[in-house]
Amino acid sequence: LTSSFLFPVAPLALWALGALVGLAAAAVHSQRLARGAYYAGALGGLLGALGAGLSLATGAATIQWTFANPLAGVSPDPLTAAVAAGALSLAIDPLATLFGLLLCGAATAVSLYSLGFQPGHAPHATAPATPPHHRVPSEGHLAAGFHLFLAAMLLVFLADSVLAFLLAWEAMSLVSYLLVLYDHEDPTVRRAGYVYLVMTHAGTAFVIGAFLLVAGHGGGFTFDALRAAGQAGGSGPWKTAAFLLALVGFGTKAGLLPLHVWLPRAHPAAPAHVSALMSGVMVKTGIYGLVRVTWDLLGGALPAWTGWLLLWVGVASAVLGVLYALMEHDLKRLLAYHTVENIGIIAVGLGAALVLGTAGLPAAAALALGAGLFHTLNHAVFKSLLFMGAGAILQATRTRDLEEMGGLIRRMPWTAATFLVGALAISGIPPLNGFASEWLTFQSLLAVARTGAPGAAWYAWEGWYGVGAIAAVALLGLTAALAVACFVKAFGGAFLALPRHRHAAEAAEVPTSMRWGMVLLAAACVALGLGAGGAFVAISAVAAPLVPAQTVPAATAIDGVVGTWSAVSAPRLATGTMPGVLAAPAVLALLVGAGALGLILRRSMGREARVRRAPTWVCGIDLQPHMEYTPTSFAEPIRVIFAWAVHPFRHTEVEYAPGAQNYFIHAVRYHAGVHPPIERVLYRRGLTLLLGAAHRVRRLQAGSLRLYLAYMLAALAALLAWGR
Amino acid sequence: MDLLSTSSLAGLLFQGILVLAAAPLLNGLIKRAKARWQMRRGPGVLQPYFDLFKLFQKDDMRSEHSSWLFVVTPYVYFGAALAAALLLPTAVAHAPLAAGDLLVVVGLLALGRFFLVLAGLDTGSAFGGEGSSREATFGALIEPALLAGLVGVAARAGTTDPSALAAEGAARGLALVGPAHLLAFVALLIVAIAETGRIPVDNPDTHLELTMVHEGMLLEYSGPALALLTWGALLRQLVVLTMLAGLFFPWGIAAADDTTSAAIGAGLLVYLLKLGALGLLLATVETAYAKLRIFRVPELLGTAFGVALLAVVAGYLVG
Repeated sequence: LTSSFLFPVAPLALWALGALVGLAAAAVHSQRLARGAYYAGALGGLLGALGAGLSLATGAATIQWTFANPLAGVSPDPLTAAVAAGALSLAIDPLATLFGLLLCGAATAVSLYSLGFQPGHAPHATAPATPPHHRVPSEGHLAAGFHLFLAAMLLVFLADSVLAFLLAWEAMSLVSYLLVLYDHEDPTVRRAGYVYLVMTHAGTAFVIGAFLLVAGHGGGFTFDALRAAGQAGGSGPWKTAAFLLALVGFGTKAGLLPLHVWLPRAHPAAPAHVSALMSGVMVKTGIYGLVRVTWDLLGGALPAWTGWLLLWVGVASAVLGVLYALMEHDLKRLLAYHTVENIGIIAVGLGAALVLGTAGLPAAAALALGAGLFHTLNHAVFKSLLFMGAGAILQATRTRDLEEMGGLIRRMPWTAATFLVGALAISGIPPLNGFASEWLTFQSLLAVARTGAPGAAWYAWEGWYGVGAIAAVALLGLTAALAVACFVKAFGGAFLALPRHRHAAEAAEVPTSMRWGMVLLAAACVALGLGAGGAFVAISAVAAPLVPAQTVPAATAIDGVVGTWSAVSAPRLATGTMPGVLAAPAVLALLVGAGALGLILRRSMGREARVRRAPTWVCGIDLQPHMEYTPTSFAEPIRVIFAWAVHPFRHTEVEYAPGAQNYFIHAVRYHAGVHPPIERVLYRRGLTLLLGAAHRVRRLQAGSLRLYLAYMLAALAALLAWGR
Repeated sequence: MDLLSTSSLAGLLFQGILVLAAAPLLNGLIKRAKARWQMRRGPGVLQPYFDLFKLFQKDDMRSEHSSWLFVVTPYVYFGAALAAALLLPTAVAHAPLAAGDLLVVVGLLALGRFFLVLAGLDTGSAFGGEGSSREATFGALIEPALLAGLVGVAARAGTTDPSALAAEGAARGLALVGPAHLLAFVALLIVAIAETGRIPVDNPDTHLELTMVHEGMLLEYSGPALALLTWGALLRQLVVLTMLAGLFFPWGIAAADDTTSAAIGAGLLVYLLKLGALGLLLATVETAYAKLRIFRVPELLGTAFGVALLAVVAGYLVG
């Protein structure tokens, strides 16, 4: 146990302590004590991140614990006994360590941030403010929930049996539901919480189905037994079925299209530090579950079409996620849609890994799986950072509406600088971390393209592999470029030009601890970008043992991934000598050198250049905030061009001055949004059908005792006939 | 270290000076050719150098509504373009610094665009916002066609390294030319026209409010800052054309291991000739077409994307 003191014992113990302190603070109504609880969260996160990072760097080992089981021997029923056997076992293996690192790292920064964060009951961006005199949960309850949420997520990663996993999974879902409801007088928040609760439980049902299906082919409910069942034999159809169940179940939690509908509602509704954890870490439990089931428990040997399914679901999530994000002017909803986009990019990496695994290219499959896992880690860093930035803006300006911000770069320089780093990272701009993992995803798609047989007959399925992979590359490129547009819109709208509202004009920078939380993650974006080579070597060591190692024909063998601290090279099919390379430190050095040359040129070629200041030229009048391009007008061309995909609408109401016979306009109200076709067709129509069916089933319950007795008799007869 | 052994400071200096000097000359040539097509005499081919020099002599006038972002953008834009130019092979089939591949070059171009678009918004001017909004939109539409074209070529060779692609293309000789090659070239030529801000997508010579895209973002810049941004834009044009030359006309490039000055000189001459030919092609296209309405541009770039995908299909089915 000594080797695992830092991870996971220290974070679990400290987070439990934090939860207790939070409850105590709620009992004595102490706001100071409630804030103090976050010290436990930060320290636990820091120790855990250190421990997990060390063990990944030195080659993480697998440790298992089985706890004395209170259920054992209670029931003589063999099924219950089988469920109970080893029910509460936990384990750390490299995969759990990687996700634990992600959780602890994010927890450190977010807890630091929470020390200064005031989770005020802020008005919703679109709804009018509700009076704050209702009874609301105290900050102590919030701190307790925050730490319980952290601990539950860590237990999800550590669980080593079906029961332990599902217990932790439910604890995580329920605690996060309560945290979403923190601001519960707002009806939109209650609605968001309800949608989240329904979706997460529907997803859990599929997760249980997947586990039961695997357990039914094995001899128990521990992950070891499941692993033995799943890795035995070839690719039976039940494995495909288990994968599809897991894809739906974990895809709901991860926010893959079309199961993402809860995400842009629930994530923005929670207080900012909880949003940061939900979007940064909780959706990753879906990715973790998918990787655990698909590669660890099922052995990764699935038909190629499942990989293509995952890949194209990922592409669709990425493209539509970023398009919906562009249509938003609520900063937190915009960020939530970007989570859908990035989960899509991760899914593309995972799908490519499945395709490459079945093609018998384990090195390339490990590259693709590693790319997906690396993007998972990177997204946790920059999305937590961006949500903390959004929370800082909310605290300073009391709004989430980008239309009412502007000019904050002068009033909130720290928030602006760290948000800019996060925006560059999420947009996939070199040399930051988002670019590194997207680059690896592109390289894995290139490897997929190479598995297509050139010169194959046009009707041969394999001949189209290349076309499919390159189309996916192009659409991911579209996603990245739209993300650039979206984050220019978000950053420009919030921080640049003149303030468009009194609150933005009077905003002040947030307290030091909040700045530290953001600076920490901004530094992590830079470090993971520059050290992409080293980070990827460690992640490959996690990914490589998971992919099925089949025998490979020598002619199509793929070179291993080459990585050093300074560079990472993608493999090249057939024994090439010059692979694609990304040496982020050298790129940065080149950039700095070239930029400095610009400065030298300016100094050497020019006179002693004087700098003069003057107002912006707007054709001879004074610049007014209402002349600016607003975020909505910035995204207007994209809205028009992609109208076929996002189905936007807008209502304009014109109010005329009274008594002037509609000549003088008094006010114009403009309301724009989108009607997502997925929600309209899939969910509305699905719900109508479901309710109709329920209505019809209700006829069975006619209230007649004789009818019910007849049902019982029929059921008895049927059972007797079946059991004969 | 691996990087230093494959690249030399001398090569870096040589290529840095080459691209910095060639970028304005290329634009002078294009302007001159355009003038001749339009039966005008036009300015001399050295005019862009004089323009840059004059701008460096001027005062730097900054909007008092802008922030530090406005000040750093010229250096980032110029630096990203120059860094991208140093990752591509020019005269020799070996980029001076093997620090990144074609995807890194695309990423560096995106870095420059990100900052320039932000700077357009920073001043609060509606012209800047308009230019930024359109540039971001066009950037998003360019990307799929650009990546489908580049990665289609890269996937057939199995590498995204521009030097390896050029060396292997040159070694294959005329066998390189095929339906996939030609279709991909057409797609990337459209991309190049859009990326360099030329007719029919944008007009590099206009300052008319309703039509300008690139110029709209630069409207508040003056003096040395404008000189750096202009030079950066010229470098980006050079980067795009160098990429086209290396992928589609790699013949005549000096071999990576051939360090004789005769071979390098010949490679340099061939490289400049290729750039000139591509510049003349751009000038011709610009003279022959009228500017498109803004919402017709997606159709043009969608066509480029379709052609790039056709090139990939042709590559797999025809070989």
